[in-house]
Amino acid sequence: MQDLLKRYGVGLTTTFVMLTAFWLLILLILPNITMFESSFRPYLPVVDVGGPKDFYSLNNYGQILGNEVDMTVLGLTFPVPVRIKVFILTIFYSALVTVITFVMAYPLAYYLAKIVSPKSLPTLFLLLFVPLWVSEILRSFAWFIILAFKGPLNVVLMQLGIIDSEIRWIAGFSPVIIGLVYTYVLFMIFPLYNALQSLDSNQIEAAEDLGSPWWRTHLRVILPHARPGIASGAVMVFMLSAGSLLVPSLLGSTSSGWFTQTIQGVMLEGQDWNTGAAFAFLLLIVCTLFVSGMMRVFGVKLSDIAK
Amino acid sequence: MNHKKDHQGEDASMSAGIDLENVVCDFGKFRAVDQVNVNIQPGEFFSFLGPSGCGKTTILRMISGFIEPTGGVIRIGGKDVRGQRPNQRPTALIFQNLALFPLMPVWENIAFGLEVRGVDKARRRAKADELLALVDLHDSAEKMVSQLSGGQKQRVAIARALAVEPSVMLLDEPLSALDLKLRQHMRAELRAIQKRTGVTFVYITHDQGEALAMSDRVGVMSQGKLQQVANPRDIYNTPVNGFVASFVGENNILTGEVVNPADGYAGLKTALGPFRARMDPTVKGTSVKLYVRPEHMRITETPASENSIPVTISEVAFEGNFISVQAMSETGMPFVAELRNDGASLVPAVGTKLHISFDAARAAILPDAAKVGA
Repeated sequence: MQDLLKRYGVGLTTTFVMLTAFWLLILLILPNITMFESSFRPYLPVVDVGGPKDFYSLNNYGQILGNEVDMTVLGLTFPVPVRIKVFILTIFYSALVTVITFVMAYPLAYYLAKIVSPKSLPTLFLLLFVPLWVSEILRSFAWFIILAFKGPLNVVLMQLGIIDSEIRWIAGFSPVIIGLVYTYVLFMIFPLYNALQSLDSNQIEAAEDLGSPWWRTHLRVILPHARPGIASGAVMVFMLSAGSLLVPSLLGSTSSGWFTQTIQGVMLEGQDWNTGAAFAFLLLIVCTLFVSGMMRVFGVKLSDIAK
Repeated sequence: MNHKKDHQGEDASMSAGIDLENVVCDFGKFRAVDQVNVNIQPGEFFSFLGPSGCGKTTILRMISGFIEPTGGVIRIGGKDVRGQRPNQRPTALIFQNLALFPLMPVWENIAFGLEVRGVDKARRRAKADELLALVDLHDSAEKMVSQLSGGQKQRVAIARALAVEPSVMLLDEPLSALDLKLRQHMRAELRAIQKRTGVTFVYITHDQGEALAMSDRVGVMSQGKLQQVANPRDIYNTPVNGFVASFVGENNILTGEVVNPADGYAGLKTALGPFRARMDPTVKGTSVKLYVRPEHMRITETPASENSIPVTISEVAFEGNFISVQAMSETGMPFVAELRNDGASLVPAVGTKLHISFDAARAAILPDAAKVGA
């Protein structure tokens, strides 16, 4: 703070701090508190707000139950409330998206960090960034067109003789997974790149010199070093995927409900902001628990991620 | 099964010789190593000594397999190792920055080479403890690398390399990060470990003291070429050219024209008058200089019969076991003499006019460094 004052003077420093405070308090914390408060209150006609029916309860959170449908896991079928099912599938497929992005990003990040010559690095980074110049909506639409029944992907595959008839790609969760992986893979590449880049190349050589085959060097030396990067990439991709509304809405099919779509339905179509807020907080809480559970399993500390 | 494992199985703990035959390494247009020929004996402590950028590290990386030579043959234990990856060669490299694995405890670092070879955990641990005892580091097995001091890390790196029972140990300036006292201690330690294990050591350094003190033989390098290979005493006493003479130790250098070479001696006509010194009859060409070590300079009140220069003493520094004297000739040329502090030598006073001289047998007329293709 003293530094800031010395460098920018009283006027500018006050402006900086006030703007940051405005963003943090008014645009972020206050709306969340309002949402949190309203999530415990019933959805009432305007005349009843503040009246005797307006009291705090967990009824909105309870709305996630009810409407049981069958769910099959590992050959076992049991009844589950439909919203819980959507919720579980959202968490599961977000985790799957995270794993896929990691598998795709790790070789690329390793290539960028350790193999490619520093001269061509800016060009490669530019190539990675170019897709970001187009808005997320357009990019998702592009995938919608690519994956369409009579779309380019099917045409190319049929021309190459790989498939005999068109495949209906936009069915189930696959197009959502493709879209999410495509949208968020950079959030995995960059933390991984940062982590790998800080690894002393001599350690890789030392492992090889001691007789280690390449896969063991990755397993014992490179991956452990990259763990903080993996963790922060995974947290970002997982949270963004679970919270994504655009990609599941554009690329989803009738059989691929995403929990964000449920929240949207309740809030915008049902006009029930109170229940919507309750569901949103449920998603936030469960995702946070899931992430901290995973971090514990992999032995990553919060301070590792913040690096 | 990798090749290294087979090799280890056949002749575990056997040290191997290394033959470099016309080895060349080019990086683009730059020739880093130029026609190097040397046979390193099994069990020898061999040092490559040279300034940075002379190609010595490139040689080490070619022996370990991280760089393939552009030309020539490298044999380890008589077998051509070209095309073998580092993990297939019977060598262990100790990196300049040691490259210990910071996320593993000390014993896992040491046992990593055994883990790779599928040795079970109990035997790995036992071997690690045994090696820790060898390098004098008891009770550190469970520590993390970051908890160790510089010298301790050094020992762990040596133990880690020894764990794979290499036939050849390659050391890339491993002592350069240590402070002077520790460095001198580790010199003796390294030498002792080498004698105890009998493994061939190839040591890279730019520190002449290190190379001379530890090695059986030293190869002095400059600009990619091996200038001289000899035991430390010969490197110091009879350098083959000006580069070796001036890189290893101090010299007084006189420039001039060679006259009357005969019987291994020659005269040198200089601005300070005529001098005489040893000169190898094979030495040819005009770019020669006369080299004399400071400890072979004498200071007298009267001129000596030959190789004598009248000088004014400009500085006298008492160094303990010797006295360093700086003197200036009438033409303004500086000379350095080191006098033994034995009470017998004349200790001159600053400003006095005296004579500095040397024996012809103690001085050598040498050509400049070997030229490319020579």
